[in-house]
Amino acid sequence: MAKVFIYPGTSLILSDLVSRFGHRPLGSALAVRERVQTPGLDSPPLQITPEDPKKGLRYAAVEVPSGVRGRMSLYGPQIEEADAGIIVRDADLAFGCMGCARTNELVRFLLRRREIPLLELDYPHSDEEGIRFVAAIKEFLSGLPGGVPA
Amino acid sequence: MTAPVRIALLGCGAEYSGVMPEIYEAARQVEAEVFYPDVTLADVRSAGKGFGLDVHSADLKLMIARAEALVAGRAEADAVFIATCFRCAEAAIVRNELRRYIHEQSRLPVVSYSFTERTTSGTLLTRMEALVTIARRRALLARERQEGLTMGLDSGSATTKAVIMKDNEVIGTGWRPTTQVQQSADEVIALALEESGIRRSEIEAVGVTGYGRFLLGNAIGADLIQEELTVNSKGAVYLADRQHGFATVIDIGGMDNKAITVQDGIPGVFTMGGICAGASGRFLEMTAKRLGIDITELGPLAMKGMGKNVPMNSYCIVFGTQSLVNALAAGNTPEDVAAAACHSVAEQVYEQQLQEVDIREPVIMVGGTSLISGLVYAMGELLQTEIVVPRYSQYIGAVGSALLASGFVRKE
Repeated sequence: MAKVFIYPGTSLILSDLVSRFGHRPLGSALAVRERVQTPGLDSPPLQITPEDPKKGLRYAAVEVPSGVRGRMSLYGPQIEEADAGIIVRDADLAFGCMGCARTNELVRFLLRRREIPLLELDYPHSDEEGIRFVAAIKEFLSGLPGGVPA
Repeated sequence: MTAPVRIALLGCGAEYSGVMPEIYEAARQVEAEVFYPDVTLADVRSAGKGFGLDVHSADLKLMIARAEALVAGRAEADAVFIATCFRCAEAAIVRNELRRYIHEQSRLPVVSYSFTERTTSGTLLTRMEALVTIARRRALLARERQEGLTMGLDSGSATTKAVIMKDNEVIGTGWRPTTQVQQSADEVIALALEESGIRRSEIEAVGVTGYGRFLLGNAIGADLIQEELTVNSKGAVYLADRQHGFATVIDIGGMDNKAITVQDGIPGVFTMGGICAGASGRFLEMTAKRLGIDITELGPLAMKGMGKNVPMNSYCIVFGTQSLVNALAAGNTPEDVAAAACHSVAEQVYEQQLQEVDIREPVIMVGGTSLISGLVYAMGELLQTEIVVPRYSQYIGAVGSALLASGFVRKE
């Protein structure tokens, strides 16, 4: 089983595909769940505290907006932990969205720089493209260590 | 129990910066509640098409969709708070344009703020309080004449002021540097009472504003405890006799600056802040001290000089001080240095704050720094307009408080 970082991080469809093919998806759901289930904090809605943007300094300098650094405190450790990644370019908002264009650029860059197996593909806009989209993801995930054979 | 004022939050990055509890806390302290206006996915997808601003960040699209819903009446609110990350260029464009859009297309009071993870509820409190005042107390702010015998107190960061008013006239004033809040207030009250020749017991209502307003207001049982944004803008248009139509109020204070666009005496768009004391009256105090003169002499001295002869940038008070020392060491005249210091402070306020409000003439300068003629001249040059400095401008908060407090005078 491989740890696969998904982009956009909030995509439930990508998360489900990764799980179905035998791997562990890394994305917003996991990162936020750990925070909202941690007792003792009171920082709704995401339980992110002013300490988190400081942790994000590992990934972005202090002149980078706090919202970017706060997001990077969620995604940065997951990118470091990931064995592979899937990037869906220009996804529809309903497919998944991380809110901030600058964070998106940084996340994609850090994933590419890791030199791990990485699948980059465009968001599909027709049934045929959709079928090819899922097939490509299936093939990629099946080829990762511990993946379900295609 | 009065229903809380509902403040719509249009934000990007606040949840990820850890400042949401601070925003909620500031709202709670002024009996308001912050909420996100509901919009649909279709609203977000189409956001910006009518508005005309294409953005890449989805949270900014969401902000635009929410603003459009508020303006169209699909979402209801009493006021709007726009908050985006400090140093984000894309968000800064959206923040400014949305504030202007909401101000022009609706009657909702709106304030914007760019936060960092260090933003605290204390920083946000005055802005939230002003939003609540404008939303809830329009009737109070509609007052145009002072009635009865009232006292206004302004407990500022640098100075404490008191004014006593009777039948629409100022009859007594008091001014002291702020040391201990209560002690400074006692001193200025005594001065104002002495000048007016009345006894404290004769005062029918008291209004308090400024940083020390809560401590002081509770201690003396004030009828009105009010933040300085609404009080100062009200006082400014009252003293300048511009209570109808548009005006812009600029108050360069000892610790922060305020720029307020006023319509019919009610603030519409306002900013409050100042990145560094280099853009405040503190830098001018320091300049006067370095030149070995009293602060009251700085303005006339600056009027004799040519600021353009001296490079000075007080974006940061440390760099500004370096410029000051270098300028004097290079043999520049005190007149030119004084003029350059005034120009630098005016320029910082112009660049950092006046870009965030819509300048509407007349421009009224108030607060202690409005007595520094060199600063008023520099601001007029930058804005290419004649600045109005009304009589008693240095007592603006106290006059505004005394004026508004007369709404609490019980008529026989």
